Amino acid sequence: MVLGNGASSSSLNMKSGEDKVNSNKNLSVLVVDDDPLIRMLHDMHLKKFGLNPQVVEDGKKAVDLFRIGASFDLILMDKEMPVMNGVEATKELRDMGINSMIVGVTSRGLEIEMQDFMESGLDFCFEKPLTPDMITFLLNELNKKNDDDNND
Amino acid sequence: MDVVNQMQRQFVDYSTSLHREGILDDQFTQLQKLQDENSPDFVVEVASLFFEDCEKLINNMARALEQQGVDFKQVDASVHQLKGSSSSIGAVQVKNVCIAFRSFCEAQNREGCLRCLQQVTHEYSLLKNKLQTLFRLEQQILAAGGSIPVIE
Repeated sequence: MVLGNGASSSSLNMKSGEDKVNSNKNLSVLVVDDDPLIRMLHDMHLKKFGLNPQVVEDGKKAVDLFRIGASFDLILMDKEMPVMNGVEATKELRDMGINSMIVGVTSRGLEIEMQDFMESGLDFCFEKPLTPDMITFLLNELNKKNDDDNND
Repeated sequence: MDVVNQMQRQFVDYSTSLHREGILDDQFTQLQKLQDENSPDFVVEVASLFFEDCEKLINNMARALEQQGVDFKQVDASVHQLKGSSSSIGAVQVKNVCIAFRSFCEAQNREGCLRCLQQVTHEYSLLKNKLQTLFRLEQQILAAGGSIPVIE
């Protein structure tokens, strides 16, 4: 299993005050999407929750980050991207033994397309656009998951 | 103070009318909510990105439809992207035209596609105009020392 050394690429700026913000300070997030508009939106949404996501524009860049030792708790993965798409990238990451939470965020809402994507190894798959409710849900799931991992 | 109140009322009225006319939907309101003191230009930046995207995509579609042998897959790819961006920013009319546009691409109907291209160009221009007006109203309020009201 590939483990990140300190994961310096995912260090966070902490905002003072809000509980919500402080409770998320140890979580690292990677946004993978080829549309700069979506990258900007997701980045902003996540920052509101006290997260400081790293952002890349295709699946290959995401995989490369893991190969050089970075690690992230949560990956938001677009489906349609050039170079390496979300399905391929997810399969690759799972083959590498990465068990971060990978969440598909796709603009293709067809059941069968979401199923395909799920089968590549996603934990969840949502239709774009990302909403604060979805993020809240994911952060809860992430906290549950981290609790489970700590109790092993 | 009176002047600022008047401007604020104008802003709220204008914003509400855009929603009522079905030009913008709740996604746009979400965007406005994401803006704060740390990112005071967020909505303007996202809108600018969107306008750039639109122009590029519309050009791509126009060029592809001009070809002797139209590559409908290529046109569809651009329409798909535009549909994604427009739904993320809350541009309902643009998104709706994209939905119809995709059907024509699938049916390889050039005439239908050209009509949709015309429509999407029209809706985009209309939206751009309206948003620029909205932003101007915001600027007026800020210049007069007031704050932008939050639209629920």
